[in-house]
Amino acid sequence: MNTQISSEADVTGNANVERAAWMRILALAGPDALDAAWDRLTRDGEVPAYRFLRKPESGMTMVRARAGGTGAQFNLGEVSVTRCAVVLDVGGDVDGVAGVAYLQGCGARGARHAERAAVLDALMQLPTWQARVQASVIAPLDADLAARAAREVAETAQTRVEFFTMVRGED
Amino acid sequence: MSQHAPTSGHAPMSSQTSMAAASAATGAVTSALLPGFDNPVDDAQQVFRAALDAFAHPGMLQALPAASVGRPAGLSPAMTALLLTLADSDTPVWLPADIGSEARAFLRFHCGCPLVDNAAQATFVCVPMGDTPPSLAQCAQGDPAYPDRSATLLLELAALSNDAAPLSATVSDNGGDTYTLRGPGIETTQTLLASGLPNDFRAQWRANNAGFPLGVDLLLTAGDRFCALPRTTHLED
Repeated sequence: MNTQISSEADVTGNANVERAAWMRILALAGPDALDAAWDRLTRDGEVPAYRFLRKPESGMTMVRARAGGTGAQFNLGEVSVTRCAVVLDVGGDVDGVAGVAYLQGCGARGARHAERAAVLDALMQLPTWQARVQASVIAPLDADLAARAAREVAETAQTRVEFFTMVRGED
Repeated sequence: MSQHAPTSGHAPMSSQTSMAAASAATGAVTSALLPGFDNPVDDAQQVFRAALDAFAHPGMLQALPAASVGRPAGLSPAMTALLLTLADSDTPVWLPADIGSEARAFLRFHCGCPLVDNAAQATFVCVPMGDTPPSLAQCAQGDPAYPDRSATLLLELAALSNDAAPLSATVSDNGGDTYTLRGPGIETTQTLLASGLPNDFRAQWRANNAGFPLGVDLLLTAGDRFCALPRTTHLED
């Protein structure tokens, strides 16, 4: 699985890596933060019309993990996942641009999140929209994400326990 | 996928899901892709029900209850709907070499099915109109312990009918043939008019019958109608 991803990335250079980065930010964004970002973006003008390639649909996927990052793989558990794919109608002779989103969550909220994330993914691939989406959506969400991670690290650090062994003196 | 990104402090875990492969595959989505069913769950269930009816009544034509929104070049509505309903990541699909990349991309995106070059490895052997189907013996026949591990052929034909009269005029031009079917699911006999089956179809089908419980099943499609010929159905001479 990993080899497949890396070989694809090699073929298309850094494009996939960059796209993976913003898809990650869009998927991990809190629903409220994403809604706010969407409002910021649409305040200056409507996004292009789009049609669904695959309507938002939710399902389960198995999360696999390795203890310590190096042990044998085991099944950690199933999470609900919502995915969506859209095509922007750019118009003219240009083929539509496809945007895809896979994210954790389900229900009406997950569906709206997936739809917007997919549209934003497509917009990020349009040179005319990229800078605008980057500034009003991706950058703030990335900052949110970093702040959330830092807060969690700080909270976890409070519970840290240092173990050490007392050396008993020889008598 | 990094949705289960480790919150640091605890034992770090590397997590990956099968979705990672899926999203990597869709990274190369061509923008010319067409949508599948409008309501994937309901439509697939209705088509599945029609396919069940088709196999329960061999040779009896079924109307397509739901068609996919997009129709890739080379695939008829019935064939597209049946593949969207039946094919998934566990069922390798064989397509003729000359079918366009649009149909391949469509199936890969919506069904996630592997596309194989060797008909013997395929669960669904899909032959659009005008292509030469592989002989029935070339397709997977199943295993004596698991006869269900055999191939199902989807054949697109120029015309299909249960009624001898109205079609005969058009069929006589392009070599249509009337078949009288007998077997489980048919009370007495069932008449099927099909034009476009291979010339040696009767001999191939007799050999397919002889291998029971092994053998292949057939789904014949024509536009938005289809019928089934399971391996238990016999053709009268």
